[in-house]
Amino acid sequence: MDRPIRVLVGKPGLDGHDRGAKVIARALRDAGMEVIYTGLRQTPEQIVEAAIQEDVDCIAMSILSGAHNHLFPRVMELLKEEKIDDILVIGGGVVPDDDIQPLKDAGIAEIFTPGTPTTTFINYIKENIIR
Amino acid sequence: MFDKGKLNQLQSQKDTWEEGKLKKVLEKRPERKKEFTTGSNKEVGRLYTPLDVADLDYERDLGFPGEYPYTRGVQPTMYRGRLWTMRQYAGFSTAEESNERYKYLLEQGTTGLSVAFDLPTQIGYDSDYPISEGEVGKVGVAIDSLEDMEILFKDIPLDKVSTSMTINAPAAVLLAMYIAVAEKQGVSADKLKGTIQNDILKEYIARGTYIFPVQPSMRLITNIFEYCHKEVPKWNTISISGYHIREAGSTAAQEIAFTLADGIAYVQAAIDAGLDVDDFAPRLSFFFNSHNDLLEEVAKFRAARRLWARIMKERFGAKKEKSLMLRFHTQTGGSTLTAQQPENNVVRVAIQTLAAVLGGTQSLHTNSRDEALALPSEDSVRIALRTQQIVAYESGVTETIDPLAGSYYVESLTNKLEEDALEYINKIDSLGGAPKAIEKGYIQKEIQDSAYTYQKQIENEERIVVGMNKFMIEEPKPTGLLKVDPAVGKLQKEKLAKLKETRDNQLVNKNLEELSKAAEGEANLMPYIKEAVKAYATLGEICDVLREVFGEYQQNIIL
Repeated sequence: MDRPIRVLVGKPGLDGHDRGAKVIARALRDAGMEVIYTGLRQTPEQIVEAAIQEDVDCIAMSILSGAHNHLFPRVMELLKEEKIDDILVIGGGVVPDDDIQPLKDAGIAEIFTPGTPTTTFINYIKENIIR
Repeated sequence: MFDKGKLNQLQSQKDTWEEGKLKKVLEKRPERKKEFTTGSNKEVGRLYTPLDVADLDYERDLGFPGEYPYTRGVQPTMYRGRLWTMRQYAGFSTAEESNERYKYLLEQGTTGLSVAFDLPTQIGYDSDYPISEGEVGKVGVAIDSLEDMEILFKDIPLDKVSTSMTINAPAAVLLAMYIAVAEKQGVSADKLKGTIQNDILKEYIARGTYIFPVQPSMRLITNIFEYCHKEVPKWNTISISGYHIREAGSTAAQEIAFTLADGIAYVQAAIDAGLDVDDFAPRLSFFFNSHNDLLEEVAKFRAARRLWARIMKERFGAKKEKSLMLRFHTQTGGSTLTAQQPENNVVRVAIQTLAAVLGGTQSLHTNSRDEALALPSEDSVRIALRTQQIVAYESGVTETIDPLAGSYYVESLTNKLEEDALEYINKIDSLGGAPKAIEKGYIQKEIQDSAYTYQKQIENEERIVVGMNKFMIEEPKPTGLLKVDPAVGKLQKEKLAKLKETRDNQLVNKNLEELSKAAEGEANLMPYIKEAVKAYATLGEICDVLREVFGEYQQNIIL
């Protein structure tokens, strides 16, 4: 399995703040990964469908609108329905501390909050993708 | 401004200083860095002297406050006459809760309201649409119909306050609701003061709450210009915004350039629609960011004012003084705030406040220290407002007009930023104007490149952010953060269901059909939207009708 790591960078929900998602997409690409960025206003259904079609190793989602408690777990539900358990799912954005554990319980592997260096999640993805 | 002979003399004195004293010190003790730059990566010289502003012509480039080219400010007395409007952007959850927050802010000395709407409202969806799930009441208040708007402004006399509404794609609908609420309070539209953001181009560029494609969006905007000129003459019909462009990662020069390029597009669209420039231009307003590089930001505000005045006069032949004036709101830089050691953000906001005030802003929102963590709590909002009040009443910078004018550095930087911005505007003109440049992804790409450069500089510590990549500490979990009750979505759904049972549905349908027909033609849509709103048609219903006729904008994804 020598192909590059494939990551879907997704903006679920109605949030239009995509500076972080785009910086991350570029940083992942500079780190040698293949990046699919699906743009704004993606439903969880669209994200999961794109992830399957693109055969990605990782879904990295960004939300700054506060809708993470609804949208992140919904993506996990849909993956479960599709019986997919080999995609690493991570999230980032303005996520209050109290929300992090419940999101992890729902299956999100890690949540990255503001100020995280790009190297941190690049390494995290490299070490944790399921192959 | 300077005598040529004196300048020559100064040049040789400077050469002597550099070859002598300076050189000796540098040999012994080199400077901290090889290159010094502004917050926007603009090179900063060691020392500025009259030599750096040798071509500055006081009358041509600075003038007097309230006079062309308005570099020194738009009013003849500035803050000696009246302080800026302290306007805190707020809104969350239901109209009831936001109404409470507004009344609290007014009691605390805020002087203008600024309404934050939730994302479904900003994108023209009702709270009961499946796509709204999880977003209702989160980043702002949920408004589904006139009923919510009546609650939002309950017991707030609309002839006494000025209200700014951050609403873009459906701005016409929310403005119609505001007018309808006022009429119910017995306040006629010509007494209303406030602003709608109504700036769709920067939504395509940086903020993301677009609905319709470019052409019908520009039509809605010019419809509003025309309608307000006749019916709501004190209303600021647009707030042409650099704020979000900067937050998306642009430099200071790009912030000026892309904002004014959008401004040029709106002015041109209105002229093309047959309006007289001096009829609508006096009601155009602007919205800028204020970041940490104090002097660069001050120069930015001054440069933007001068450049806009020149554009309006030379390019569009505007004659009224008010058409030439760039009046602006400022917000401190959300993206400069750190989640780490959030108390430090109070200091950042204070510096940014100073920049905005020294730059001559007309109104200001100060961010709260906890915004990188959650929506701001009431305590944090109060400290943010107090920061403005301390600058206003204690710092002394308000007592004279444009106090940094004449600083060799600030004047030189003002010139440089104007030059850089003009270069970008020329480039955008050559691409066919802002809408075309956005379609081609040019503006987005420029901003993204700047954002990525900035991120890399932070990671390799070329740029220090205190508490984030230097001077870090172990921190306890933050406490006292605001949480929006997740029940708000359910509440709004129930309200909607009840509304649809009790309103006159026949009238709603009739008004929506008339709106649809009008949208297919060329009429001004404001009166039709107002009739639909008054019949309690929902925001989603109205926007759906327009979506049906206009179609939806397709994002051009640029990486």
